[in-house]
Amino acid sequence: MRDHDHSSGHSGAGHGPVLGTEAWGWALFDAVVVLALVTAAVGYAACLWAARGRSPWPVRRTVAWYAGLVCAGARLLGPVAAAAHTSFTAHMLGHLLLGMLAPLLLVLGAPVTLILRAVPVARARSLTRLLRSRYVRIITHPMVAAVLNAGGLWVLYSTELYQLMHTSALIHGLVHAHIFLAGYLFTASLVGVDPDPHRASVPVRSAVLIAFIAAHPILAKWLYAHPPAGVEVTDGQAGAQLMYYGGDAVDVVLIVLLFAGWYSATRPKSVADSPSGPQSTRDLQVDREH
Amino acid sequence: MSAAETSAGRGAAPEARRGSGTTLDRRTVASGFLFGCGIAASMIDLFIFHLGLQWHHFYDLSTTQVALTADGFFHAFGWFITIWGLFLLADVRRRTEVVWKRWTGAVIAGVGFFQLFDGVVDHKVLRIHQVRYGVDLLPYDIAWIGSAVLLLMIGVLILWRTRPTGVTD
Repeated sequence: MRDHDHSSGHSGAGHGPVLGTEAWGWALFDAVVVLALVTAAVGYAACLWAARGRSPWPVRRTVAWYAGLVCAGARLLGPVAAAAHTSFTAHMLGHLLLGMLAPLLLVLGAPVTLILRAVPVARARSLTRLLRSRYVRIITHPMVAAVLNAGGLWVLYSTELYQLMHTSALIHGLVHAHIFLAGYLFTASLVGVDPDPHRASVPVRSAVLIAFIAAHPILAKWLYAHPPAGVEVTDGQAGAQLMYYGGDAVDVVLIVLLFAGWYSATRPKSVADSPSGPQSTRDLQVDREH
Repeated sequence: MSAAETSAGRGAAPEARRGSGTTLDRRTVASGFLFGCGIAASMIDLFIFHLGLQWHHFYDLSTTQVALTADGFFHAFGWFITIWGLFLLADVRRRTEVVWKRWTGAVIAGVGFFQLFDGVVDHKVLRIHQVRYGVDLLPYDIAWIGSAVLLLMIGVLILWRTRPTGVTD
């Protein structure tokens, strides 16, 4: 199905039949994706196994992680990936899967926490040192992550990059790697459950989230009026509406998770301080478990 | 609302922990008001006017850049404050008994306030969209803004009648 795109005449290869080189590029892309997904799946399982002696790991995190991998895989391999080459609507569905849903589910899988549980203390320390570094501090700030995420989309849809992406496997790979990584960083900076030494305050995260949620419908309506080059008008409109409503659904989940974090962080401890003895002990125990 | 803003960040949690009735009362009102504005912004408009009556739509292509941006922010605020309001309500509930009548009054006032804001700023000042197209707008605008003022007054009246009476524990 991908051969269809080669008729658009992009020739990046200097030697040999263009078609062969291009096909090889797409095959390499698929291979890298499969390798990354398998590594993520096996790695998570290996960490679960290594940390089996510790306190039980919540099943919902494991479920979230593997569901996230399925979402990413569904975008990059299989029928959605094939359709996304010609249909803008399918591309947008894929974008919701790879840029929003998969990052959200993977973040909820708490991979960093799991690794910290699984590896020896010395290595865990060097990992947390890395997490505290200046570089990580900058790119995990919600503002930076939001610009990387939303800015990447503006560039993709308002320039020729969108067309170029369908003719070169390398650019296709880079664009999708960016969409996924920026989506992950953004989600983790707002509602991450992993340890984050530089977590921004709730007001800052709220402001960034509101601006991001506002950018979504603005971009969707802009796309509705100005579909990317080479996209049919009706296809562009259907894709833009999918972006509008589908993006909303994920955005609402992000808001709920942000407030859920606030809700559990501000849990009142007054009952534990109150004179009623037996109840205070029970509440303390509950607190410790969380 | 500014009190609620600071408390969402860091502020009032310790106060509320001591059982300050004023903070919890303010939070009950803020919760209802935010939730009322939120459902007016993100649900009434969507379900009744976009999907039900289909008077105005997803997008009419004639909207200016400024209106488009403003609309995007209204949209984002709509969802955000709906959920914010509900979490504040949950927070009041886990600390004390919720005065439901007072909360309901705040919701009605919130719906009225947002409808008034929508009717004046969105429809008239920014001209993002109109209530309905291809008709004489005046009666629609009067009905829209009039009903908004009525709701706002009913909400404020309920809030006034349920105000805490001096002594709180």
